[in-house]
Amino acid sequence: MDKLIGDFSVGLFFWQLVLFVGLVLLLKKFAWKPILDSVNEREDGIKNALASAEDAKKEMQNLNASNEQLLKDARAERDALMKDAREIKDKMISDAKEEAKEVTSKLIENAQASIEQEKQAALAELKKQVAELSIGIAETVIKKELTSKEDQLKLVEGILKEVTLK
Amino acid sequence: MHRKITVKALTLVFFLFSIASFAIDKSEEEKAHLTEKTKEQREKEVEEYIPHHLLDSHDFSLFSYTSDDGEHVYFGFPLPVILWDNGLNVFMSSKFHHGETIAKSGENYYKLDHGKIYKTDAAGTITYDADHHATNSKPLDFSITKNVFTVMMVGLLMFFMFSRMAKAYKNNESMPKGMGRLLEPLVIYIRDDIARPNIGEKHYKRYMSYLLTVFFFIWIINLLGLTPLGINVTNNIAITFCLAIITYIITTATAKKDYWKHIFWMPGVPTPMKFILMPIELLGTFIKPFSLMIRLYANITAGHIVLMSILGMIFIAQNWLGGSLSFLLAMVLGILELLVAALQAYIFTMLSALYFGSAVEEHDHH
Repeated sequence: MDKLIGDFSVGLFFWQLVLFVGLVLLLKKFAWKPILDSVNEREDGIKNALASAEDAKKEMQNLNASNEQLLKDARAERDALMKDAREIKDKMISDAKEEAKEVTSKLIENAQASIEQEKQAALAELKKQVAELSIGIAETVIKKELTSKEDQLKLVEGILKEVTLK
Repeated sequence: MHRKITVKALTLVFFLFSIASFAIDKSEEEKAHLTEKTKEQREKEVEEYIPHHLLDSHDFSLFSYTSDDGEHVYFGFPLPVILWDNGLNVFMSSKFHHGETIAKSGENYYKLDHGKIYKTDAAGTITYDADHHATNSKPLDFSITKNVFTVMMVGLLMFFMFSRMAKAYKNNESMPKGMGRLLEPLVIYIRDDIARPNIGEKHYKRYMSYLLTVFFFIWIINLLGLTPLGINVTNNIAITFCLAIITYIITTATAKKDYWKHIFWMPGVPTPMKFILMPIELLGTFIKPFSLMIRLYANITAGHIVLMSILGMIFIAQNWLGGSLSFLLAMVLGILELLVAALQAYIFTMLSALYFGSAVEEHDHH
Protein backbone atom coordinates (compact mmCIF):
# COMPACT_ATOMS: atom_id res chain seq x y z
CA MET A 1 0.00 0.00 0.00
CA ASP A 2 2.87 2.29 0.87
CA LYS A 3 4.45 1.52 -2.46
CA LEU A 4 1.17 2.15 -4.24
CA ILE A 5 0.84 5.61 -2.75
CA GLY A 6 4.53 6.25 -3.36
CA ASP A 7 4.11 5.29 -7.00
CA PHE A 8 1.13 7.55 -7.45
CA SER A 9 2.07 10.28 -9.86
CA VAL A 10 -0.02 13.44 -9.63
CA GLY A 11 1.22 14.58 -13.03
CA LEU A 12 0.20 11.35 -14.69
CA PHE A 13 -3.19 11.52 -13.00
CA PHE A 14 -3.66 15.09 -14.15
CA TRP A 15 -2.74 14.35 -17.74
CA GLN A 16 -4.79 11.19 -17.85
CA LEU A 17 -7.83 13.05 -16.50
CA VAL A 18 -7.47 15.89 -19.00
CA LEU A 19 -6.66 13.67 -21.96
CA PHE A 20 -9.25 11.05 -21.20
CA VAL A 21 -12.10 13.48 -20.57
CA GLY A 22 -11.07 15.33 -23.73
CA LEU A 23 -11.03 12.05 -25.61
CA VAL A 24 -14.49 11.09 -24.37
CA LEU A 25 -15.92 14.46 -25.40
CA LEU A 26 -14.19 14.50 -28.78
CA LEU A 27 -15.15 10.93 -29.58
CA LYS A 28 -18.70 11.61 -28.45
CA LYS A 29 -19.04 14.42 -30.94
CA PHE A 30 -17.07 13.03 -33.85
CA ALA A 31 -17.41 9.29 -33.49
CA TRP A 32 -19.84 7.71 -31.06
CA LYS A 33 -22.83 9.87 -31.84
CA PRO A 34 -22.63 9.50 -35.62
CA ILE A 35 -21.72 5.82 -35.36
CA LEU A 36 -24.52 4.95 -32.96
CA ASP A 37 -26.97 7.09 -34.92
CA SER A 38 -26.04 5.33 -38.13
CA VAL A 39 -26.29 1.93 -36.51
CA ASN A 40 -29.66 2.81 -35.00
CA GLU A 41 -30.86 4.21 -38.28
CA ARG A 42 -29.81 1.07 -40.07
CA GLU A 43 -31.38 -1.17 -37.47
CA ASP A 44 -34.61 0.81 -37.62
CA GLY A 45 -34.48 0.58 -41.39
CA ILE A 46 -34.05 -3.19 -41.24
CA LYS A 47 -36.80 -3.47 -38.66
CA ASN A 48 -39.16 -1.38 -40.77
CA ALA A 49 -38.26 -3.29 -43.90
CA LEU A 50 -38.96 -6.56 -42.15
CA ALA A 51 -42.23 -5.27 -40.76
CA SER A 52 -43.37 -4.00 -44.14
CA ALA A 53 -42.34 -7.29 -45.75
CA GLU A 54 -44.44 -9.07 -43.15
CA ASP A 55 -47.33 -6.71 -43.86
CA ALA A 56 -47.01 -7.30 -47.59
CA LYS A 57 -47.00 -11.02 -46.97
CA LYS A 58 -50.12 -10.76 -44.87
CA GLU A 59 -51.78 -8.59 -47.48
CA MET A 60 -50.89 -11.13 -50.13
CA GLN A 61 -52.41 -13.82 -48.00
CA ASN A 62 -55.54 -11.77 -47.50
CA LEU A 63 -55.68 -11.08 -51.21
CA ASN A 64 -55.29 -14.75 -51.98
CA ALA A 65 -57.95 -15.63 -49.49
CA SER A 66 -60.37 -13.09 -50.91
CA ASN A 67 -59.55 -14.27 -54.43
CA GLU A 68 -60.36 -17.77 -53.39
CA GLN A 69 -63.59 -16.58 -51.78
CA LEU A 70 -64.52 -14.71 -54.93
CA LEU A 71 -63.81 -17.76 -57.03
CA LYS A 72 -65.84 -19.90 -54.69
CA ASP A 73 -68.72 -17.45 -54.76
CA ALA A 74 -68.59 -17.27 -58.52
CA ARG A 75 -68.57 -21.01 -58.77
CA ALA A 76 -71.52 -21.28 -56.40
CA GLU A 77 -73.37 -18.64 -58.32
CA ARG A 78 -72.70 -20.40 -61.59
CA ASP A 79 -73.88 -23.67 -60.09
CA ALA A 80 -77.03 -22.00 -58.85
CA LEU A 81 -77.61 -20.42 -62.24
CA MET A 82 -77.08 -23.74 -63.96
CA LYS A 83 -79.47 -25.42 -61.60
CA ASP A 84 -82.11 -22.75 -62.14
CA ALA A 85 -81.67 -22.99 -65.85
CA ARG A 86 -82.00 -26.73 -65.76
CA GLU A 87 -85.11 -26.44 -63.65
CA ILE A 88 -86.62 -23.87 -65.97
CA LYS A 89 -85.76 -26.02 -68.94
CA ASP A 90 -87.30 -29.09 -67.35
CA LYS A 91 -90.34 -27.13 -66.36
CA MET A 92 -90.67 -25.68 -69.83
CA ILE A 93 -90.39 -29.12 -71.40
CA SER A 94 -92.88 -30.65 -69.02
CA ASP A 95 -95.22 -27.70 -69.48
CA ALA A 96 -94.95 -28.01 -73.22
CA LYS A 97 -95.55 -31.70 -73.02
CA GLU A 98 -98.62 -31.13 -70.86
CA GLU A 99 -99.94 -28.50 -73.17
CA ALA A 100 -99.31 -30.62 -76.20
CA LYS A 101 -101.06 -33.51 -74.57
CA GLU A 102 -104.00 -31.31 -73.71
CA VAL A 103 -104.13 -29.87 -77.20
CA THR A 104 -103.96 -33.30 -78.82
CA SER A 105 -106.54 -34.75 -76.55
CA LYS A 106 -108.76 -31.77 -77.29
CA LEU A 107 -108.08 -32.20 -81.00
CA ILE A 108 -108.84 -35.87 -80.79
CA GLU A 109 -111.99 -35.11 -78.86
CA ASN A 110 -113.00 -32.53 -81.40
CA ALA A 111 -112.20 -34.91 -84.19
CA GLN A 112 -114.19 -37.65 -82.52
CA ALA A 113 -117.03 -35.26 -81.96
CA SER A 114 -116.98 -34.05 -85.53
CA ILE A 115 -116.63 -37.65 -86.76
CA GLU A 116 -119.66 -38.54 -84.66
CA GLN A 117 -121.44 -35.53 -85.99
CA GLU A 118 -120.46 -36.39 -89.53
CA LYS A 119 -121.50 -39.92 -88.91
CA GLN A 120 -124.86 -38.76 -87.52
CA ALA A 121 -125.26 -36.44 -90.43
CA ALA A 122 -124.28 -39.18 -92.86
CA LEU A 123 -126.67 -41.57 -91.18
CA ALA A 124 -129.41 -38.98 -91.27
CA GLU A 125 -128.61 -38.35 -94.92
CA LEU A 126 -128.62 -42.06 -95.55
CA LYS A 127 -131.91 -42.46 -93.75
CA LYS A 128 -133.31 -39.59 -95.69
CA GLN A 129 -132.01 -41.02 -98.93
CA VAL A 130 -133.28 -44.47 -98.02
CA ALA A 131 -136.63 -42.98 -97.20
CA GLU A 132 -136.59 -41.03 -100.43
CA LEU A 133 -135.48 -44.13 -102.26
CA SER A 134 -138.18 -46.13 -100.59
CA ILE A 135 -140.70 -43.49 -101.44
CA GLY A 136 -139.40 -43.42 -104.99
CA ILE A 137 -139.56 -47.15 -105.25
CA ALA A 138 -142.93 -47.12 -103.71
CA GLU A 139 -143.99 -44.39 -106.10
CA THR A 140 -142.67 -46.29 -109.08
CA VAL A 141 -144.23 -49.43 -107.86
CA ILE A 142 -147.46 -47.72 -107.32
CA LYS A 143 -147.16 -46.08 -110.78
CA LYS A 144 -146.43 -49.44 -112.44
CA GLU A 145 -149.25 -51.10 -110.64
CA LEU A 146 -151.50 -48.60 -112.10
CA THR A 147 -150.43 -49.37 -115.64
CA SER A 148 -150.30 -53.14 -115.83
CA LYS A 149 -150.98 -55.95 -113.66
CA GLU A 150 -148.46 -58.17 -115.18
CA ASP A 151 -145.70 -55.69 -114.86
CA GLN A 152 -146.73 -55.04 -111.39
CA LEU A 153 -146.27 -58.64 -110.53
CA LYS A 154 -142.99 -58.85 -112.29
CA LEU A 155 -141.75 -55.87 -110.41
CA VAL A 156 -142.78 -57.18 -107.09
CA GLU A 157 -141.19 -60.44 -108.04
CA GLY A 158 -138.04 -58.63 -109.03
CA ILE A 159 -137.95 -56.58 -105.86
CA LEU A 160 -138.51 -59.55 -103.77
CA LYS A 161 -135.78 -61.37 -105.58
CA GLU A 162 -133.45 -58.46 -104.97
CA VAL A 163 -134.44 -58.27 -101.35
CA THR A 164 -133.88 -61.93 -100.71
CA LEU A 165 -130.62 -61.79 -102.55
CA LYS A 166 -129.49 -58.99 -100.35
CA MET B 1 -5.18 -0.81 -51.67
CA HIS B 2 -6.23 -2.23 -48.33
CA ARG B 3 -3.93 -5.17 -48.77
CA LYS B 4 -1.03 -2.82 -49.33
CA ILE B 5 -1.76 -1.02 -46.07
CA THR B 6 -2.05 -4.31 -44.23
CA VAL B 7 1.25 -5.50 -45.65
CA LYS B 8 2.87 -2.25 -44.60
CA ALA B 9 1.47 -2.53 -41.10
CA LEU B 10 2.63 -6.11 -40.79
CA THR B 11 6.07 -5.18 -42.03
CA LEU B 12 6.24 -2.43 -39.45
CA VAL B 13 5.24 -4.79 -36.66
CA PHE B 14 7.76 -7.35 -37.84
CA PHE B 15 10.41 -4.69 -38.04
CA LEU B 16 9.72 -3.52 -34.50
CA PHE B 17 9.87 -7.08 -33.22
CA SER B 18 13.14 -7.70 -34.98
CA ILE B 19 14.63 -4.52 -33.52
CA ALA B 20 13.64 -5.64 -30.08
CA SER B 21 15.02 -9.12 -30.52
CA PHE B 22 18.13 -7.68 -32.09
CA ALA B 23 18.51 -5.45 -29.09
CA ILE B 24 18.23 -8.34 -26.70
CA ASP B 25 20.69 -10.40 -28.71
CA LYS B 26 23.16 -7.61 -28.84
CA SER B 27 22.95 -6.59 -25.23
CA GLU B 28 23.31 -10.17 -24.14
CA GLU B 29 26.20 -10.72 -26.46
CA GLU B 30 27.85 -7.55 -25.33
CA LYS B 31 27.31 -8.40 -21.74
CA ALA B 32 28.79 -11.82 -22.20
CA HIS B 33 31.66 -10.33 -24.11
CA LEU B 34 32.31 -7.56 -21.61
CA THR B 35 32.09 -9.27 -18.30
CA GLU B 36 31.25 -12.85 -17.60
CA LYS B 37 28.67 -12.22 -14.91
CA THR B 38 27.91 -14.77 -12.29
CA LYS B 39 24.48 -16.25 -12.02
CA GLU B 40 23.77 -14.25 -8.87
CA GLN B 41 24.68 -11.02 -10.62
CA ARG B 42 22.37 -11.83 -13.51
CA GLU B 43 19.57 -12.66 -11.11
CA LYS B 44 20.04 -9.37 -9.37
CA GLU B 45 20.08 -7.52 -12.66
CA VAL B 46 16.81 -9.10 -13.78
CA GLU B 47 15.29 -8.47 -10.39
CA GLU B 48 16.15 -4.81 -10.62
CA TYR B 49 15.13 -4.48 -14.22
CA ILE B 50 11.54 -5.67 -13.82
CA PRO B 51 10.24 -2.97 -11.43
CA HIS B 52 12.25 -0.44 -13.37
CA HIS B 53 10.54 -1.49 -16.56
CA LEU B 54 7.13 -1.19 -14.93
CA LEU B 55 7.80 2.41 -13.95
CA ASP B 56 6.92 5.44 -15.95
CA SER B 57 9.87 7.31 -17.40
CA HIS B 58 10.63 10.80 -18.57
CA ASP B 59 11.94 9.76 -21.96
CA PHE B 60 10.64 7.40 -24.60
CA SER B 61 13.24 4.70 -24.94
CA LEU B 62 12.34 1.46 -26.67
CA PHE B 63 15.40 -0.39 -25.40
CA SER B 64 18.86 0.23 -24.06
CA TYR B 65 22.13 -1.64 -24.06
CA THR B 66 25.63 -1.20 -22.77
CA SER B 67 28.11 -0.37 -25.50
CA ASP B 68 31.67 -1.65 -25.79
CA ASP B 69 33.07 1.18 -23.68
CA GLY B 70 30.65 0.49 -20.85
CA GLU B 71 28.31 3.34 -21.69
CA HIS B 72 24.51 2.94 -21.63
CA VAL B 73 23.08 3.53 -25.07
CA TYR B 74 19.38 4.28 -25.28
CA PHE B 75 17.29 3.87 -28.37
CA GLY B 76 14.44 6.37 -28.24
CA PHE B 77 13.72 10.05 -27.91
CA PRO B 78 13.46 12.55 -25.04
CA LEU B 79 10.14 14.01 -23.84
CA PRO B 80 9.39 17.43 -22.37
CA VAL B 81 9.64 17.83 -18.61
CA ILE B 82 7.16 20.26 -17.10
CA LEU B 83 7.73 21.13 -13.43
CA TRP B 84 5.86 23.45 -11.13
CA ASP B 85 8.30 24.65 -8.52
CA ASN B 86 7.27 28.20 -7.58
CA GLY B 87 7.11 28.88 -11.28
CA LEU B 88 7.00 26.83 -14.42
CA ASN B 89 10.14 24.97 -15.50
CA VAL B 90 10.05 23.35 -18.89
CA PHE B 91 12.94 21.51 -20.48
CA MET B 92 13.63 18.35 -22.43
CA SER B 93 14.33 15.17 -20.54
CA SER B 94 17.53 14.76 -22.54
CA LYS B 95 19.06 17.12 -19.96
CA PHE B 96 18.98 14.30 -17.42
CA HIS B 97 20.88 11.90 -19.67
CA HIS B 98 18.74 9.11 -18.27
CA GLY B 99 19.39 10.08 -14.70
CA GLU B 100 23.12 10.26 -15.13
CA THR B 101 23.40 14.06 -14.98
CA ILE B 102 21.77 16.93 -13.14
CA ALA B 103 19.42 19.16 -15.10
CA LYS B 104 19.58 22.88 -14.52
CA SER B 105 16.49 24.91 -15.28
CA GLY B 106 16.49 28.57 -14.35
CA GLU B 107 17.87 28.77 -10.81
CA ASN B 108 16.99 25.23 -9.87
CA TYR B 109 18.78 21.92 -10.19
CA TYR B 110 16.90 18.68 -10.65
CA LYS B 111 17.96 15.07 -10.54
CA LEU B 112 16.23 11.86 -11.55
CA ASP B 113 16.19 9.13 -8.93
CA HIS B 114 14.26 5.90 -9.61
CA GLY B 115 12.10 7.62 -12.17
CA LYS B 116 11.22 10.55 -9.96
CA ILE B 117 12.47 14.11 -10.21
CA TYR B 118 13.95 15.60 -7.04
CA LYS B 119 15.13 19.10 -6.37
CA THR B 120 18.79 19.13 -5.68
CA ASP B 121 21.85 21.39 -5.61
CA ALA B 122 24.55 21.91 -8.20
CA ALA B 123 26.43 18.89 -6.94
CA GLY B 124 23.35 16.71 -7.20
CA THR B 125 23.29 15.41 -3.65
CA ILE B 126 20.35 13.26 -2.75
CA THR B 127 19.81 12.31 0.84
CA TYR B 128 18.13 9.08 1.78
CA ASP B 129 16.28 8.06 4.90
CA ALA B 130 16.55 4.73 6.66
CA ASP B 131 14.20 3.01 4.17
CA HIS B 132 16.30 4.23 1.26
CA HIS B 133 13.69 6.80 0.28
CA ALA B 134 14.98 10.09 -1.04
CA THR B 135 14.18 12.94 1.32
CA ASN B 136 14.80 15.78 -1.12
CA SER B 137 11.81 17.94 -1.93
CA LYS B 138 9.89 17.03 -5.05
CA PRO B 139 8.56 19.65 -7.47
CA LEU B 140 5.08 19.07 -8.88
CA ASP B 141 5.77 17.01 -11.93
CA PHE B 142 3.45 17.58 -14.89
CA SER B 143 5.90 16.22 -17.41
CA ILE B 144 4.82 14.60 -20.62
CA THR B 145 6.17 11.25 -19.53
CA LYS B 146 6.28 8.09 -21.57
CA ASN B 147 2.85 7.14 -20.27
CA VAL B 148 1.35 10.55 -20.94
CA PHE B 149 2.85 10.43 -24.41
CA THR B 150 1.38 6.97 -24.97
CA VAL B 151 -2.03 8.10 -23.74
CA MET B 152 -1.85 10.99 -26.21
CA MET B 153 -0.91 8.65 -29.03
CA VAL B 154 -3.68 6.20 -28.15
CA GLY B 155 -6.11 9.10 -27.95
CA LEU B 156 -5.05 10.28 -31.40
CA LEU B 157 -5.22 6.76 -32.77
CA MET B 158 -8.70 6.26 -31.35
CA PHE B 159 -9.84 9.61 -32.62
CA PHE B 160 -8.69 8.90 -36.14
CA MET B 161 -9.94 5.34 -36.09
CA PHE B 162 -13.42 6.15 -34.88
CA SER B 163 -13.97 9.47 -36.61
CA ARG B 164 -12.99 7.78 -39.87
CA MET B 165 -15.39 4.99 -39.07
CA ALA B 166 -18.14 7.55 -38.43
CA LYS B 167 -17.36 9.29 -41.71
CA ALA B 168 -17.49 6.00 -43.58
CA TYR B 169 -21.04 5.52 -42.32
CA LYS B 170 -22.05 8.90 -43.62
CA ASN B 171 -20.59 8.28 -47.06
CA ASN B 172 -21.76 4.73 -47.32
CA GLU B 173 -25.44 4.83 -46.42
CA SER B 174 -25.00 3.66 -42.83
CA MET B 175 -23.00 0.62 -43.81
CA PRO B 176 -19.64 -0.01 -42.13
CA LYS B 177 -16.54 0.05 -44.26
CA GLY B 178 -12.95 -1.06 -43.77
CA MET B 179 -11.96 -0.77 -40.12
CA GLY B 180 -15.60 -0.18 -39.18
CA ARG B 181 -16.47 -3.75 -40.10
CA LEU B 182 -14.12 -4.96 -37.40
CA LEU B 183 -15.07 -2.35 -34.81
CA GLU B 184 -18.81 -2.27 -35.34
CA PRO B 185 -19.52 -5.65 -33.74
CA LEU B 186 -17.58 -4.50 -30.68
CA VAL B 187 -19.48 -1.23 -30.52
CA ILE B 188 -22.78 -3.09 -30.86
CA TYR B 189 -21.65 -5.67 -28.33
CA ILE B 190 -20.98 -2.96 -25.77
CA ARG B 191 -24.33 -1.39 -26.50
CA ASP B 192 -26.42 -4.55 -26.55
CA ASP B 193 -24.65 -6.77 -24.04
CA ILE B 194 -23.10 -4.33 -21.61
CA ALA B 195 -25.02 -1.05 -21.58
CA ARG B 196 -28.57 -2.13 -22.34
CA PRO B 197 -28.99 -5.02 -19.89
CA ASN B 198 -27.12 -3.31 -17.05
CA ILE B 199 -28.32 0.26 -17.33
CA GLY B 200 -31.70 -0.23 -18.90
CA GLU B 201 -33.30 0.80 -22.14
CA LYS B 202 -34.34 4.18 -20.80
CA HIS B 203 -31.03 5.60 -19.66
CA TYR B 204 -28.27 3.69 -21.40
CA LYS B 205 -27.73 6.23 -24.18
CA ARG B 206 -26.24 8.83 -21.82
CA TYR B 207 -23.44 6.48 -20.79
CA MET B 208 -22.55 5.03 -24.17
CA SER B 209 -19.79 7.55 -24.95
CA TYR B 210 -17.95 6.87 -21.72
CA LEU B 211 -18.39 3.10 -21.88
CA LEU B 212 -17.20 2.86 -25.47
CA THR B 213 -14.25 5.15 -24.88
CA VAL B 214 -13.14 3.41 -21.71
CA PHE B 215 -13.43 -0.04 -23.29
CA PHE B 216 -11.40 0.75 -26.37
CA PHE B 217 -8.94 2.88 -24.40
CA ILE B 218 -8.14 0.15 -21.89
CA TRP B 219 -8.07 -2.55 -24.51
CA ILE B 220 -5.76 -0.72 -26.90
CA ILE B 221 -3.46 0.44 -24.15
CA ASN B 222 -3.32 -3.06 -22.63
CA LEU B 223 -2.43 -4.47 -26.02
CA LEU B 224 0.27 -1.84 -26.44
CA GLY B 225 1.66 -3.03 -23.12
CA LEU B 226 2.15 -6.46 -24.66
CA THR B 227 4.15 -5.21 -27.62
CA PRO B 228 7.92 -5.13 -27.27
CA LEU B 229 7.74 -1.33 -27.28
CA GLY B 230 8.04 -1.46 -23.51
CA ILE B 231 4.98 0.67 -22.84
CA ASN B 232 3.04 0.04 -19.67
CA VAL B 233 0.23 2.40 -18.93
CA THR B 234 -2.54 0.49 -17.20
CA ASN B 235 -0.15 -0.78 -14.53
CA ASN B 236 0.07 2.76 -13.20
CA ILE B 237 -2.15 3.32 -10.23
CA ALA B 238 -2.64 6.95 -11.31
CA ILE B 239 -4.17 5.84 -14.60
CA THR B 240 -6.53 3.28 -13.11
CA PHE B 241 -7.37 5.68 -10.27
CA CYS B 242 -8.28 8.31 -12.81
CA LEU B 243 -10.53 5.93 -14.75
CA ALA B 244 -12.15 4.65 -11.58
CA ILE B 245 -12.78 8.14 -10.26
CA ILE B 246 -14.44 9.14 -13.52
CA THR B 247 -16.75 6.15 -13.14
CA TYR B 248 -17.42 7.20 -9.55
CA ILE B 249 -18.12 10.81 -10.51
CA ILE B 250 -20.47 9.79 -13.35
CA THR B 251 -22.29 7.36 -11.04
CA THR B 252 -22.69 9.96 -8.32
CA ALA B 253 -23.58 12.82 -10.62
CA THR B 254 -26.26 10.94 -12.53
CA ALA B 255 -27.70 9.05 -9.56
CA LYS B 256 -31.45 9.24 -9.12
CA LYS B 257 -33.40 9.68 -5.89
CA ASP B 258 -33.79 5.93 -5.43
CA TYR B 259 -30.02 5.44 -5.38
CA TRP B 260 -29.54 7.86 -2.49
CA LYS B 261 -32.56 6.50 -0.71
CA HIS B 262 -31.10 3.02 -0.81
CA ILE B 263 -27.87 4.31 0.67
CA PHE B 264 -29.12 6.55 3.44
CA TRP B 265 -32.52 5.13 4.25
CA MET B 266 -32.80 1.58 3.00
CA PRO B 267 -36.48 0.83 2.45
CA GLY B 268 -37.98 -2.41 3.67
CA VAL B 269 -35.75 -2.98 6.72
CA PRO B 270 -36.40 -2.12 10.38
CA THR B 271 -35.36 1.36 11.47
CA PRO B 272 -32.33 0.36 13.59
CA MET B 273 -31.03 -1.61 10.62
CA LYS B 274 -31.28 1.51 8.49
CA PHE B 275 -28.69 3.18 10.74
CA ILE B 276 -26.38 0.19 10.47
CA LEU B 277 -26.78 -0.08 6.72
CA MET B 278 -26.15 3.59 6.08
CA PRO B 279 -22.35 3.60 6.65
CA ILE B 280 -22.01 0.21 4.96
CA GLU B 281 -23.85 1.35 1.86
CA LEU B 282 -21.96 4.63 1.82
CA LEU B 283 -18.66 2.80 2.08
CA GLY B 284 -19.82 0.50 -0.70
CA THR B 285 -20.06 3.39 -3.11
CA PHE B 286 -16.34 4.05 -2.58
CA ILE B 287 -15.30 0.43 -2.57
CA LYS B 288 -16.88 -0.18 -5.95
CA PRO B 289 -14.66 2.22 -7.91
CA PHE B 290 -11.72 1.31 -5.65
CA SER B 291 -12.07 -2.32 -6.70
CA LEU B 292 -12.16 -1.17 -10.32
CA MET B 293 -8.90 0.66 -9.82
CA ILE B 294 -7.11 -2.18 -8.03
CA ARG B 295 -8.41 -4.90 -10.34
CA LEU B 296 -7.11 -3.33 -13.51
CA TYR B 297 -3.84 -2.24 -11.94
CA ALA B 298 -3.14 -5.58 -10.27
CA ASN B 299 -4.04 -7.73 -13.24
CA ILE B 300 -1.87 -5.87 -15.68
CA THR B 301 1.03 -5.44 -13.25
CA ALA B 302 0.97 -9.09 -12.25
CA GLY B 303 0.84 -10.16 -15.87
CA HIS B 304 3.84 -8.02 -16.71
CA ILE B 305 5.84 -9.15 -13.71
CA VAL B 306 5.21 -12.83 -14.37
CA LEU B 307 5.87 -12.52 -18.07
CA MET B 308 9.08 -10.61 -17.51
CA SER B 309 10.23 -12.94 -14.77
CA ILE B 310 9.87 -15.87 -17.12
CA LEU B 311 11.67 -13.99 -19.86
CA GLY B 312 14.33 -13.06 -17.32
CA MET B 313 14.84 -16.74 -16.57
CA ILE B 314 16.23 -17.11 -20.08
CA PHE B 315 19.06 -14.78 -19.13
CA ILE B 316 19.55 -16.33 -15.74
CA ALA B 317 19.55 -19.93 -16.88
CA GLN B 318 21.57 -19.35 -20.06
CA ASN B 319 21.23 -22.91 -21.24
CA TRP B 320 19.17 -24.47 -23.98
CA LEU B 321 16.77 -26.30 -21.69
CA GLY B 322 15.91 -23.40 -19.41
CA GLY B 323 15.85 -21.02 -22.33
CA SER B 324 13.47 -23.01 -24.47
CA LEU B 325 11.23 -23.92 -21.54
CA SER B 326 11.02 -20.29 -20.50
CA PHE B 327 10.33 -19.30 -24.06
CA LEU B 328 7.50 -21.80 -24.33
CA LEU B 329 6.04 -20.70 -21.03
CA ALA B 330 6.40 -17.04 -21.96
CA MET B 331 4.63 -17.67 -25.24
CA VAL B 332 1.68 -19.40 -23.55
CA LEU B 333 1.53 -16.63 -20.96
CA GLY B 334 1.72 -14.06 -23.72
CA ILE B 335 -1.38 -15.57 -25.31
CA LEU B 336 -3.07 -15.55 -21.91
CA GLU B 337 -2.12 -11.92 -21.46
CA LEU B 338 -3.72 -11.09 -24.80
CA LEU B 339 -6.92 -12.51 -23.39
CA VAL B 340 -6.45 -10.65 -20.11
CA ALA B 341 -5.95 -7.39 -22.01
CA ALA B 342 -9.40 -7.68 -23.55
CA LEU B 343 -10.96 -9.25 -20.48
CA GLN B 344 -9.88 -6.43 -18.16
CA ALA B 345 -11.21 -3.85 -20.58
CA TYR B 346 -14.47 -5.79 -20.69
CA ILE B 347 -14.68 -6.13 -16.90
CA PHE B 348 -13.99 -2.47 -16.32
CA THR B 349 -16.65 -1.46 -18.82
CA MET B 350 -19.10 -4.06 -17.58
CA LEU B 351 -18.77 -3.05 -13.92
CA SER B 352 -18.92 0.65 -14.76
CA ALA B 353 -22.17 -0.05 -16.61
CA LEU B 354 -23.41 -2.02 -13.62
CA TYR B 355 -22.69 0.90 -11.27
CA PHE B 356 -24.36 3.35 -13.64
CA GLY B 357 -27.29 0.97 -13.77
CA SER B 358 -27.63 0.97 -10.00
CA ALA B 359 -27.49 4.76 -10.01
CA VAL B 360 -30.43 5.17 -12.38
CA GLU B 361 -32.40 2.12 -11.36
CA GLU B 362 -35.98 2.83 -10.44
CA HIS B 363 -37.23 0.49 -7.76
CA ASP B 364 -40.80 -0.50 -7.29
CA HIS B 365 -41.86 0.81 -3.95
CA HIS B 366 -41.98 -2.05 -1.55
